[in-house]
Amino acid sequence: MLELDQFLQALEQADALEQIHDLTVGLRDQFQIDHVVYHWVSADGEQYGFGTYDPAWAQRYSEKEYLRIDPVIVGCFQRFDPVDWKKLDWSSKAAQAFRKDAIAHGVGNQGFSIPIRGPNGQLALLTASHTTDDESWAEFMEAHQREWILIAHYLNQKALQLEKGRTPEPVRALSPRETDALTYLGMGYSRGQVADLLNISEHTLRAYIESARFKLGALNTTHAVARAITEGLIVVGGAARAAAGGWPGREEGDKIAKSAAG
Amino acid sequence: MLRYIYANELSQFPVLQASMHRDRAVQFSERLKWAVTVDEMGWERDEYDDMNPLYVIWANPDGTHGGSMRFLPTTERTMVNDHFAELLNGEDIRSPFIWECTRFCLGQKSTPRVAAAMMLAGGELMRAFSLTHLLGVFDPRMVRIYSMIGASPEILGSAGEGRDKISVGLWPFRAEDRVKVLRRAGLSSEISEHWFNRSFGRSVQELQKAA
Repeated sequence: MLELDQFLQALEQADALEQIHDLTVGLRDQFQIDHVVYHWVSADGEQYGFGTYDPAWAQRYSEKEYLRIDPVIVGCFQRFDPVDWKKLDWSSKAAQAFRKDAIAHGVGNQGFSIPIRGPNGQLALLTASHTTDDESWAEFMEAHQREWILIAHYLNQKALQLEKGRTPEPVRALSPRETDALTYLGMGYSRGQVADLLNISEHTLRAYIESARFKLGALNTTHAVARAITEGLIVVGGAARAAAGGWPGREEGDKIAKSAAG
Repeated sequence: MLRYIYANELSQFPVLQASMHRDRAVQFSERLKWAVTVDEMGWERDEYDDMNPLYVIWANPDGTHGGSMRFLPTTERTMVNDHFAELLNGEDIRSPFIWECTRFCLGQKSTPRVAAAMMLAGGELMRAFSLTHLLGVFDPRMVRIYSMIGASPEILGSAGEGRDKISVGLWPFRAEDRVKVLRRAGLSSEISEHWFNRSFGRSVQELQKAA
């Protein structure tokens, strides 16, 4: 996870669209796969992308207008579930010729794409591709699906932010429950203790943590807490405890904190 | 059988589509008297049906609708965040791992087995796409049905009384629920996987044959 933290830092600091390219290179090296590509397409066929494919392939893709027949694009349009390329419809002659051409240009025989829908039929895709057998590819997807889904969303938000004229979703404030959950976690309480403090089940607590993590662009809970502190969204430690008026569940919390420390 | 169908592919199943929207009119307009829109064909539809949601539909042997629900990721506009924010005390839940599940509807002759099959399908989606929760909107009858099949949601908030009551709640993904729900639905694990694979693409074996 350490390397992904570095990726997120680089993502956060990126201030030009071209840097998305470097980020895809970083992902490729880290996951040790052939290629990583970010591709943005509008409903009327406008497109741009960044990735590690051979520039000759990107050029050819554009010249041959493969966008119209690429089963990954056709199959992912309007959907929101992650897609294993094998599950797409490659039965047409055009698709088979395209696949042959793609493999000849080093794209790889396996692929995994995360589609993200935008307004007006826009589609953003983060794709991982590789040359390997079905079994090891299935293992790769299963092991990394969660990370890739998050990375896809964060990368897309960044790309939309940097691309002029395409407004990304505004950064959302944390809700009261999310703020509470991260605050208590930041104070070192366990999930079980936090759920008790908020009077909800651990399963429901997890939903608030997932939501907070996503809004903060974080990969894991530790990172989410750190980010919330940096952004000033939560206050943990002495300041919160010393604050007048007591915070919810304070006495209960102190008791738990003591027992947790002991 | 269970089908997982995006809205833009639903017209390939005209009987299923029409009977689903008509059963939704019966359940939400006639029976529950919710302020929903029913068009001249007798179909209940709303703006979220226009956002290309994913439906899970139980198809009866004659091809008509036996039960259904509708999914949208909470990273996009959702009914819960648009219309039920007050039930959540201003919480807006957004995550690619939490999908909204709305318009849970059962056909008029459907048995509890169909309800269990729908729950199974929700679990299959969670399992396949790394979801942690489904965020749902439902009526009291559905709460009873869920509890009967051993898959109660955790209610986050409710409004109204008696049959007018409407609730928002979360179903967490619990791997151990699958066996229980399979048994309730009277289905095997293999057939559930088969239906899932059929909806989400050809199986690996079929592809190898085609190559």
